[in-house]
Amino acid sequence: MIRLEAVTKQYDEGTPAVDNLTLEAGTGEITVLVGPSGCGKTTSLRMINRMIEPTSGRILIDGQDTAQVPAARLRRDIGYVIQHAGLFPHRTVLHNVMTVPRLNGWGRARAETRAREVLELVGLPGDFARRYPGQLSGGQQQRVGVARALASDPSVMLMDEPFSAVDPIAREGLQDDLLRLQGELGTTIVLVTHDIDEAIKLGHRVAVLRQGGRLAQFSSPADLLAHPADDFVADFVGRDRGYRALSFQQHEVPVHPEEPVPLGQPLTRRGDEWLLAVDEESRPQGWVVPGEVGDAPVGREHLHRGGTVASVDGSLRALLDAALSSPSGRGVVVRDGVLAGTVRAEEVLAAIQAAPRPDGTSIQDERP
Amino acid sequence: MIATIWAWLTDPANWSGAGSIPDQTLEHLRLSFIALVVAALIAIPIGLYVGHTGRGRVVLVNIVSAFRAIPSLGVLFIAALLLLPRLKGELAFELPSLIVLVLLGMPPILSGVYAGIQQVDPAARDAARGMGMTGQQRLWRVEVPCALPLIFSGLRSSMLQIIATATIAAVVGLGGLGRFLIDGQANRKYDEMAGGAILVAVLALLVDLVFAALQRFAVSPGLAPAARR
Ligand SMILES: Nc1ncnc2c1ncn2[C@@H]1O[C@H](COP(=O)(O)OP(=O)(O)O)[C@@H](O)[C@H]1O
Ligand SMILES: [Mg+2]
Repeated sequence: MIRLEAVTKQYDEGTPAVDNLTLEAGTGEITVLVGPSGCGKTTSLRMINRMIEPTSGRILIDGQDTAQVPAARLRRDIGYVIQHAGLFPHRTVLHNVMTVPRLNGWGRARAETRAREVLELVGLPGDFARRYPGQLSGGQQQRVGVARALASDPSVMLMDEPFSAVDPIAREGLQDDLLRLQGELGTTIVLVTHDIDEAIKLGHRVAVLRQGGRLAQFSSPADLLAHPADDFVADFVGRDRGYRALSFQQHEVPVHPEEPVPLGQPLTRRGDEWLLAVDEESRPQGWVVPGEVGDAPVGREHLHRGGTVASVDGSLRALLDAALSSPSGRGVVVRDGVLAGTVRAEEVLAAIQAAPRPDGTSIQDERP
Repeated sequence: MIATIWAWLTDPANWSGAGSIPDQTLEHLRLSFIALVVAALIAIPIGLYVGHTGRGRVVLVNIVSAFRAIPSLGVLFIAALLLLPRLKGELAFELPSLIVLVLLGMPPILSGVYAGIQQVDPAARDAARGMGMTGQQRLWRVEVPCALPLIFSGLRSSMLQIIATATIAAVVGLGGLGRFLIDGQANRKYDEMAGGAILVAVLALLVDLVFAALQRFAVSPGLAPAARR
């Protein structure tokens, strides 16, 4: 557990960058610090590994006051990931990842084995090890940055806007992989972002900071959406928070059987009703209209792919989105990637009505 | 004209014995390398210190431009006048020339090393610090390797400066390829003068090629322009 106790950082005269911040980041959890630019997130984060020394207050990691540990020593035990990865351009990917184990005195062979292991973990197997950072995309560089931070198996990892400079598609993948990795490894992570959506997606607990490094609210993402502590938080969390809160709600929704048509074979049914095409393993591929297909076998060129796909145990938000985005009005639901059936928007809405609300507060309500 | 220069360059009499082309070339190289080594020994640590700590940046920039304005021949005569009465033998002639060459060789190295360290990606420096490297580890494992391309170009332009300027050592009676220029002028043998100038140019080119080969070997392929996006 990381505990900040009344931590203040004052750079010069004037307002403090971080003011009397008290915060606990739970072991094995992702704690996200989120807030507008300049509110003291980076400063707070960098005080944890003593890249910045607090003006007053203490920081404890598992009960140990970090001020008592030599700074370089402390940092070698804490993973550190930054916005532009900060890879060493003169070293191959492999040697970048080997850096911290080598600093910790590991032998070359052991460090290399470990480096290959973590590269695999972050989705950069085999051939990538020999490349130089300049030959990688931004998203790949960021993966190497994460691998490098994980290489010596730290119990704590600090991440400062790790995915902000990556394009939105690569970012989704990186976020999903971080969640998976963190679930597997149980690393205690403190992550800084200015993106409230990222905070809500990644955080077990989210700390919203306001200007001057003052804590505005510290709670679970669901709670943050349902009960913003004040106008600042409500504003920062955004308008469609009621809708987004559905991400954290689950409820029984009737799943209707769907008779799919196989890709690559001619249709046996006619009419102008939408039909769902699946591949050999019964995975949904897209919707087709018989009138457009004619007598030809159903091909990929016939597919309408507009709809999103929800998992049977997904949130109400995912189910509603699947129903609303489907051209047929039938939301595709899968179990382990395999077609399970379809849901109807009106039935998802009924489930939303029926779902229990936190503290009996209606999520659609604006605060009084 | 070209024919007479060619004749001088290819005359076997000029290629053996004391004061011959090989003789003066070796002497020229010896002086130049001593000057380069001394200049590097002084300038590299200063450049590393300023680049790594960021302290004394303004002073360094001013010194570099001041040094660049030094008239080499003037310094040579002043140094010779001051040192000649105090030193004995060969050293009395050599030291003033070496001082001039070292002074002239330092600015390119200083600015190359300093600029090399300065341009290291701030994110890489930050990451190095954040993962627990000490100042020395950051300097030697990250900053210097990343600065090598600019350090090398500093050394190369320093070497070119020194080789070109070493010809003036002949003015105070030293050996080296400058002899052909000074003696040729004194004796109105213009083929010898022009031949000497060509030799200086060829020598500079060859030495630069050697440095280029060293650079290829020493600098990580990851820093080559082709490896960057
Ligand atoms: N080295 C510094 N010297 C002086 N002021 C700084 C320094 N670093 C940050 N600040 C100031 O402290 C405040 C918080 O900065 P920072 O922690 O970087 O914010 P964030 O990461 O939330 O954008 C800002 O007002 C910034 O200008
Ligand atoms: Mg920041």
